[in-house]
Amino acid sequence: MAEKFLVEAVNDALHVELARDETLMVMGEDVGRAGGVFRATAGLRERFGENRCVDTPLAEAGILGSAIGLCMAGWRPVCEMQYDAFSYPCLDQLITHVGRYRWRTGGKMEFPLVVRMPYGGGVRAPELHDDSPEAYYVHTPGVKVAIPSTPADAKGLLAAAIRDPDPVVVLEPKLIYRGEKQEVPEGEHVVPLGQARLAREGTDVTLVAYGAMVRVCERAADELEGAASVEVLDLRSLRPLDEDALLASAAKTGRVVVVQEAPRTAGFGAEIAAILAEKAILDLHGPVLRVTGFDVPYPYWKIEDRYMPSVERVVGAARKLLEF
Amino acid sequence: MARVASEEHELRRVIDEDREVDGLGADDLLAIYRSLILLRTYDERSVVYHRQGRIGTYAIFWNHEAMQAGSVHALADEDWIFPSYRESAIGLLRGIPASTVLHWWRGHPAGWWNPAEHRVASICVPIGTHVPHAAGLAWGEKLKGSSAVAIAYFGDGATSEGAFHEGANFAAVMQAPLILFCNNNQWAISTPLEAQTRAEALSDKAVGYGMPGVRVDGGDVLAVYEATREAVERGRAGGGPTFIEAVSYRAAPHATADDPRVYIDLDRVEEEKRNECVGRYEAYLRRLGVLDDATAEEIKNDALETMRRGIAAAEAEPEPDPELVFDNAYVLPPPGLREGWDG
Repeated sequence: MAEKFLVEAVNDALHVELARDETLMVMGEDVGRAGGVFRATAGLRERFGENRCVDTPLAEAGILGSAIGLCMAGWRPVCEMQYDAFSYPCLDQLITHVGRYRWRTGGKMEFPLVVRMPYGGGVRAPELHDDSPEAYYVHTPGVKVAIPSTPADAKGLLAAAIRDPDPVVVLEPKLIYRGEKQEVPEGEHVVPLGQARLAREGTDVTLVAYGAMVRVCERAADELEGAASVEVLDLRSLRPLDEDALLASAAKTGRVVVVQEAPRTAGFGAEIAAILAEKAILDLHGPVLRVTGFDVPYPYWKIEDRYMPSVERVVGAARKLLEF
Repeated sequence: MARVASEEHELRRVIDEDREVDGLGADDLLAIYRSLILLRTYDERSVVYHRQGRIGTYAIFWNHEAMQAGSVHALADEDWIFPSYRESAIGLLRGIPASTVLHWWRGHPAGWWNPAEHRVASICVPIGTHVPHAAGLAWGEKLKGSSAVAIAYFGDGATSEGAFHEGANFAAVMQAPLILFCNNNQWAISTPLEAQTRAEALSDKAVGYGMPGVRVDGGDVLAVYEATREAVERGRAGGGPTFIEAVSYRAAPHATADDPRVYIDLDRVEEEKRNECVGRYEAYLRRLGVLDDATAEEIKNDALETMRRGIAAAEAEPEPDPELVFDNAYVLPPPGLREGWDG
């Protein structure tokens, strides 16, 4: 096993999967000649040619719309959206067609496309390079959503998304693209969608997170060491959701804090809280608390740290719950 | 690179000039007539079926038949068709049963079809969003080394949409063999063309994409055929996409739920009805001596019979199983999909 950054693991997955499946192609803005603005697609054009790693016009709806037609012609496109908030023009195609087309054909045609993008804040970037748009995607029927938090999962979840017969959106936490090198399995590596990962085992309180917030939760668990035994559950995929793992952890600890960067209202944390209210109410010793971004546009980066869920805010929520 | 001179805004015509199209024999001419009559009959019967409560809201395409039949006859079986709702019955020209399309308008899941079977994509309801699909398909076929081309149908209103622009530009950049077929009937429900664009002609938009743009009389089935055939040949030869603007006039309501009397020029509608596309072609064929009364009657009766059988088959279909709510959205459905279902 080699140690890799998360973005290098993404690149590794694309190399392995493109070599494995000749119908796979990567397309997006700057993915070819430049190898992607984060170098997630570096080396693909040189190795697989300009027809399988395609620099497209700057047109997110055109990228995803033409990917639908490519699927109809028998290709499996992996579309890169350059940034989270630049993906919004593609929502038209995603909502009106990607999530519906198979249904519209009575299940007779498959649309095994992948949309992957860097997402999330904390990187000192200009406006609209910082959003956490997972709720838009997971709210769209017909579409699956995966979010890795480790290099190995970045490779394995992307491979699973590529091999999945349904459309999958993969959100890659850009804050930890080059955060910490970790061991990543060589060659083919698949992490099935819908299996959460217990990032840390504990007995008193569960911190539920995904993406870059898993690291924040792990640090919060460190802070709380001695005061409480903290479990950290990394969801890995929002649809399919590993409800069993969520409910098992809630039954074990009886206390759940959900952490998301995205704005608070109708965020995925609210869905987790609703599931726990419906199915785990008698296991809970207190309310499900949310630590989230706020219902405002993502702020200028000089003040973004106050917007992002911090270790302190997560610790505060956990303490409040432990004292409830 | 395409350039537009003002004389190129002239509409290409065949019927009114009493020309003949090279390579079209009497059998071809009659086959085109048969398609026109099938579409006309489908449309007129559908309006009746709607009034009888046998199908739901229906988008009328009366006087659009020449654009549809003329262009489809220029395609080979391997070529892909991407219809908008205005071309809902275009699949009949490829062998999709009338009952299937009637099911679609009856809101019955039996109106689903496999696009690969007849190379007819699903009917696109939102405006212009299928243009990128057709561009991607045409590009994908080209990448595979196949000779198939694609045609996407859309209206004048769609040319204002971002999806049209992105699809057209993609097709041009990828040199995809795509025919962008604009049915310019000059109305988008109640919005007239002059409120849609300041372009002198919609075909001028092609210049900006670096593709040829041609204008034809949309009521002239042979002009449409001829222009489409050239575009198909260009696409197959690696010449990339073509924009065809077929100019007509919407002589019927947008749909059964629309009353155009509050906005349309009724005198213009009457003039268009007198010059409607099926009658023009029929008169042309009779002038050529290709069509006689008996043949015309037989073709019309065949079309009526197709529709009688189609609606009978549609109405004989059992009510759909409510469980279909959950089928087909996913190949591998996520757990919890049926949460809250009381079935």
